[in-house]
Amino acid sequence: MGRLCCRLARGRRVSATANPVSIGIFLTLFLLILSLGFFASRWKKGNLHHLDEWGLGGRRFGPLIVWFLLGGDLYTAYTFVALPALMYASGGAGFFAVPYSIAVFPLVFAVFPKVWKICADNGYVTAADLVEGLFRNRVLALMIALTGIVATMPYLSLQLVGLEAVFGGLGLHASTTLFGHDVEFPLLLAFAVMAGFTYNSGIRAPAIMAIAKDILIYTTLIACIVVIPAKLGGYGAMFDAVPADKIIIPPTPENSLGPQFAYATLALGGALGLFLYPHALTGLLSASSRDAIRRNAVFMPIYAFMLALLLLLGFMALAAGVKDLPEYGDGFARFGDIYAVPALLNQMFPAWFVGVAFAAIAIGALIPGAIMSIAAANLFTRNIYRSFIRPDCSAEHETLVAKIFSLVVKAGALGFVTFFPETSVVQLQLIGGIWMCQTLPAVLMGIYLKWLHPIALLAGWIAGMTAGTLMANATDFKASVYTLDIFGLEVPCYSAVSALVINIGVTLLLSAVLRPFRSSVALTPSVAE
Amino acid sequence: MGEKRSRGLRKWVNLLLVIPCIAALWTPFYNSVEPRYFGIPFFYMWQLVWIWLGAGITWVVYVVAWRGGDE
Repeated sequence: MGRLCCRLARGRRVSATANPVSIGIFLTLFLLILSLGFFASRWKKGNLHHLDEWGLGGRRFGPLIVWFLLGGDLYTAYTFVALPALMYASGGAGFFAVPYSIAVFPLVFAVFPKVWKICADNGYVTAADLVEGLFRNRVLALMIALTGIVATMPYLSLQLVGLEAVFGGLGLHASTTLFGHDVEFPLLLAFAVMAGFTYNSGIRAPAIMAIAKDILIYTTLIACIVVIPAKLGGYGAMFDAVPADKIIIPPTPENSLGPQFAYATLALGGALGLFLYPHALTGLLSASSRDAIRRNAVFMPIYAFMLALLLLLGFMALAAGVKDLPEYGDGFARFGDIYAVPALLNQMFPAWFVGVAFAAIAIGALIPGAIMSIAAANLFTRNIYRSFIRPDCSAEHETLVAKIFSLVVKAGALGFVTFFPETSVVQLQLIGGIWMCQTLPAVLMGIYLKWLHPIALLAGWIAGMTAGTLMANATDFKASVYTLDIFGLEVPCYSAVSALVINIGVTLLLSAVLRPFRSSVALTPSVAE
Repeated sequence: MGEKRSRGLRKWVNLLLVIPCIAALWTPFYNSVEPRYFGIPFFYMWQLVWIWLGAGITWVVYVVAWRGGDE
């Protein structure tokens, strides 16, 4: 163990937080849960040479497994470190992830059982499959697929950033220099293992690991909300540490809808976009029935509550003043504010428990990482490879292509965090969220409004993508909120939402114009009630 | 189980799902520090409580309109 933790890059000091007990507990739990991933291929046994089995677990996951899977999928390692960091830096305005979670599950309840049904009846694996089935337009389906892949890539990279922060918090640091960039060995190793179990077991691996991870995460969080406020002198004292002007959303200026509007649109845009993301949809499609999805919409808010408590860790870090403690100076210098949670855990808990908590977060990076690469691979295989390159390929060949592409995606994500600065990954994730929302008309409106015209949807998508990109560009890709000027009134709005409004407007208008030219409806797939 | 619930009923009951969305997204309802409960400002308390109220409403919709009536 000693050899592992203290092989250091040239010129770096030994991290003050490196503790053999933490690292020992961490590695034991981490490896134990990872090994579950390899045995997962034998669970609910199916023919793993079939994309439906490898990529969706044969659509046989009951309500409880889906609950764990979605929890592991949506509440990622990056979430665990980045969202509290946002609270830490910007106060109450960073709490929008909570109203976002409140709004998203009623939406899932109302809309997604229908999506599941159409996909299950027709053997669709991706959102682009659904769009191609609804509108019989391969170009539109291709655009949906590309949007999904491009938006997923930086998200996957961010999981690595989260993982790096955990390794940093543990003091597990061993790197070498390649073409002038630091390559982290622990990161490389963890990623190689993830690639292995994804290739081998498909979505069964993250599903089974998610159960083990949740036990660790809930333990950690309960400990956090009991132990830390007690040490800081209660919740009141914790909120007192937050600067008074940051505790709620700042007041609304004259002639403006103000930051409160921005807060609401961030929540709304997040809720609308979440299940358009390929990894989230993949999780839902692996459910065994519509009923499983409805029950999940009822019980997923347990995760939302956990998320809310987690966000408050940002304030706990403020109250504990971890940034001013010399032993965490290195970490903050290297990772910025996302080091707040690792530093807080180190500060508040005994070494063995730090190991437990970090293992939970690290596994929390690998589960969504696996599902994201599976989802991107499904999109590539179904909607690019089979649609445009080899339409006549066998099911076995199709699955092999997906497995290989899942490796390519991960290698890409790893290269990305290694060779590009972290800020550009964050910026790409930001623009990815804006882009992802632009698939909403084709994917979700399409199942209700059969008269939408594929050309109109394509035009709407182009308009939304262009508007979203321009607005993000106007903020130098730094802010997701762009202030519109509407007849002298300032409207600060999440760019994903304002671009979506344009997108929907163009789609509806053009569909109405093109309605006489809509091809026969006999082609649409079976949409049973 | 036995009785067949009409699509009309489901549609109307589903409308209840809009309530938590409005409660969460209409910030003027809750953007204030006071009153505090257990030292927690109202802004946070409102949103924490609505997570559970939202889940409760979704559960009611499920039980009334959907449970057992659909595979």
